[in-house]
Amino acid sequence: MSTTRTIRFTLNGRAVAADVAAGETIVDMLTLRFDLKGARESCGQGLCGCCTVTVDGMAVSGCLSMAWFLDGTSVETIEGIGTGGALDPVQEAFIEAGAFQCGFCTPGFIMMVRQLLDAHPDPDDEEVRHYLTGNLCRCSAYPEILTAVKLAAAKRKKLAA
Amino acid sequence: MTATTPAPSIGRSLPRLEARDKVTGRVEYVHHLRLPGMLYGKIFRSNVPHARIKSIDTAAAAALPGVYQVVTIEDIRKVIPHPYYGPAFHDQPILADGKVRFAGEPVAVVLAFDRKIAEDAVALITAEYEELPGIFDEIEAMTSDVLVHDELKPASTFPDLQHLKGRKGTNIALDYQLRRGDTEAGFAKADHVFEHTFCSQQVMHIPMEPFVSVADYQDGHLTLHTASQGPSFVRIEIARLLGLPENRVRVKVPFLGGGFGGKLYIKLEALVTALSMVAQRPVKISLTMEEQFYMVTRHPCHFTIKSGLTKEGKLIARHCEVIWNGGAYADIGPRVTQKAGFTSAGPYDIENVSINSYAVYTNRPPCGALRGFGAPQTAWAYESHTDMIAEAMGIDKVEFRRMNMLREGRPQASGTPLRDAEIERSLDHILDRMNWSLPFDRGSGTIKRGRGIAIGFKGITAPTTSVAIVNLFADGSCALYIGTVDMGQGSDTVMAQIAGEVLNLDAASIKVIHPDTDVTPYDMGTLGSRSTFHMGNAVKLAAQDAMGKIADLARELGLPEGANLPLADMLRKKYGMQAGNIIGTGSFIPDYEKPDTTTGLTKKGTPFWGVGAAGAEVEIDIETGAIKVTKLVNVADVGTAINPKAVQQQLSGAAIMQLGFTMTENMVFRDGQLTNGSLADYKIPTLLDIPREFINEHVPNAYDKDGPFGAKGAGESTTIALSPAIGNAVADALGVRIHDLPITPESIFRALQAAKGTPLEDCA
Repeated sequence: MSTTRTIRFTLNGRAVAADVAAGETIVDMLTLRFDLKGARESCGQGLCGCCTVTVDGMAVSGCLSMAWFLDGTSVETIEGIGTGGALDPVQEAFIEAGAFQCGFCTPGFIMMVRQLLDAHPDPDDEEVRHYLTGNLCRCSAYPEILTAVKLAAAKRKKLAA
Repeated sequence: MTATTPAPSIGRSLPRLEARDKVTGRVEYVHHLRLPGMLYGKIFRSNVPHARIKSIDTAAAAALPGVYQVVTIEDIRKVIPHPYYGPAFHDQPILADGKVRFAGEPVAVVLAFDRKIAEDAVALITAEYEELPGIFDEIEAMTSDVLVHDELKPASTFPDLQHLKGRKGTNIALDYQLRRGDTEAGFAKADHVFEHTFCSQQVMHIPMEPFVSVADYQDGHLTLHTASQGPSFVRIEIARLLGLPENRVRVKVPFLGGGFGGKLYIKLEALVTALSMVAQRPVKISLTMEEQFYMVTRHPCHFTIKSGLTKEGKLIARHCEVIWNGGAYADIGPRVTQKAGFTSAGPYDIENVSINSYAVYTNRPPCGALRGFGAPQTAWAYESHTDMIAEAMGIDKVEFRRMNMLREGRPQASGTPLRDAEIERSLDHILDRMNWSLPFDRGSGTIKRGRGIAIGFKGITAPTTSVAIVNLFADGSCALYIGTVDMGQGSDTVMAQIAGEVLNLDAASIKVIHPDTDVTPYDMGTLGSRSTFHMGNAVKLAAQDAMGKIADLARELGLPEGANLPLADMLRKKYGMQAGNIIGTGSFIPDYEKPDTTTGLTKKGTPFWGVGAAGAEVEIDIETGAIKVTKLVNVADVGTAINPKAVQQQLSGAAIMQLGFTMTENMVFRDGQLTNGSLADYKIPTLLDIPREFINEHVPNAYDKDGPFGAKGAGESTTIALSPAIGNAVADALGVRIHDLPITPESIFRALQAAKGTPLEDCA
């Protein structure tokens, strides 16, 4: 049997605990122990962004990062964004712009766009392209994703005003 | 039925029905499915491309604590005595059977309750091989003594392949021929003859949800949960393998995380079924991204095209020699060979055409359908060739195309007339968006700029059937039961719009029941741009059938004409309570005429024509070969756009995918071993690769008379002409022609050096 460790952390705003194995990735932990399916392993090499979650506000590849080290952190996943049943402005913008097809990469993109807008509230095209280049969409909804980012930035500004 | 009439559904950019579930991450994929008592299977693969298996040592793996069982073909044979499958040929063993035919072929499977233990155990398996010479190149394979299969085994489901049964001593799985007029006489009469060869490389679909299937076999009943584009086909083929009636095989498909043709026919389904039978437990296999490269790929294609012309520039004869590298197992390759062979002379009006198209076995990973079914590979050749001829003859490239273009009503090479196919309007649209008549900046210094255009078309797999059921519940709400798989193309939404239009219901209120072969009726498959046309027609017929039954009910209840009583009230009147249903059914198969067995000619070879055109501007640094596609325009004839936003996404998405196949994607082999099978080394497009000017549009006011509300498929059309438009732009910029895809800085630099008379050495 592999070694396990009890970790305590905040998951989408709630205090939780889990007994995790040494080699267990964040994606496996979220899927198998918390039944959260938004972060998904696709390339398994941290190259596609489908497994993006944030740990203490920083985006990480959930397929490469070990659950073991989450003790004491605050983790946010796609399931934790939006408030009281309402969608997050980025989610709304993705729907309005039609910024996805199969939807498999979408949660990763949305988590990354939130990071992008936190750092650059009013990004230009080049900033968006560079910031999101680590997220892959094989359906290639890229033009619509560019539109969605602009739309989300405007929505956020309106909310802040 | 609601009292107020909803807005018309057709032509409305309704957001996807499942949009909310997709942005919240809650949408259902097989990827996440877990069943009680389920085992995870992990595949042990061959590390040699062609060999006899001397022995497989599974003892150490089986002894690892936590391993449930290690399975080889010997175990599978006990539950499935003849364990060979495939859509066109029954040539693929469920696990390697005495021989391996490509590096990466499944040889054994470890089953364990824990996925990680299964992975660890696979590393403990060893196999001894007696290596055989391998054959990897399609041209060599045509005449080689090295045989991938001893004998051809066509599936009995395709009557037109039966002449190949039992054929021995060849790697040619299929030789398709088309003969129109007298090509030799045409060449003899021609004032000019041109011949060129073009090659396309092996590429892969890369769905972000890797291949995944779960089988649950119990007491003669099987349930498969699978990320498949063809649940009806899976049921029929698995029922055949198991000798079960269709009603004992249930295939369920939720949403797919991408498909692109990869998840068609039968992939992991036979293997998980056999494993579940052996282990008597549910079994799941999820491939990794790296393993996907060994499942199915797109055919490399070697195409030699020869044309004869009058001195005025009229095409009078064309011969196409098209050779498809199908890899180790045929998959649907023979159909690609026929369907793409059929249109390989291009959208031109040529009196004398001969086409030979060959599916060839090699010791590479299998090749099958991938967005375009071979049409992009053939267009790469015929549209590069078109520009080369025009240039050599000093004719304007647009005028040359217009002079020879196939027009409405004229017979295409097969004899099937062109109908409702907006080839010229697609070209005009491209020219307009490219500002073709305006002066063009050709760059300066070491930066050269060029622009190019191309047109293309494709026939659609025929004849195929779709069946749909519309169910109106006692309160008048509606569900649609269809076998079409929504893999991202938006079929749920489009089918709801078609049903809503007929039923006068808000499309967004209609529930689409996902494929479950115990519940949803037959559909040939979600493939080849066929769903909007075929299933769309079936859904329309089913909805009309339901409307007819509602009218019958009104008469039965003695309601006056035009009473327009809501259905809920009518049913309450009939049954005395909220009860009952109205069920409408629809079944669609297009008109079709079988091609003549010797000439390949037919008056009705395709239910509709897919049409695409493209224009590109490129910027090239001649010191390094670095290339940027600065502008890309794609236009398609989709008939009526049922959901313009969804159409736009298909045109743009298909174009970007083909942009990857044109500029970066290439499965590189060395001695039959794939050297770049991961996203680290095989580069697909990212946001940075999208051209700064990127326009994707459909031809306005196009209409297909046989399509539902005038619609036809939209998923592949922009893949067809894109590569040659870029190739033509490169030639325009440099005066140097690239013949082989992909077009990389290295291939450009090599071509430039070769043109200067100082070619670079080949890297072995």
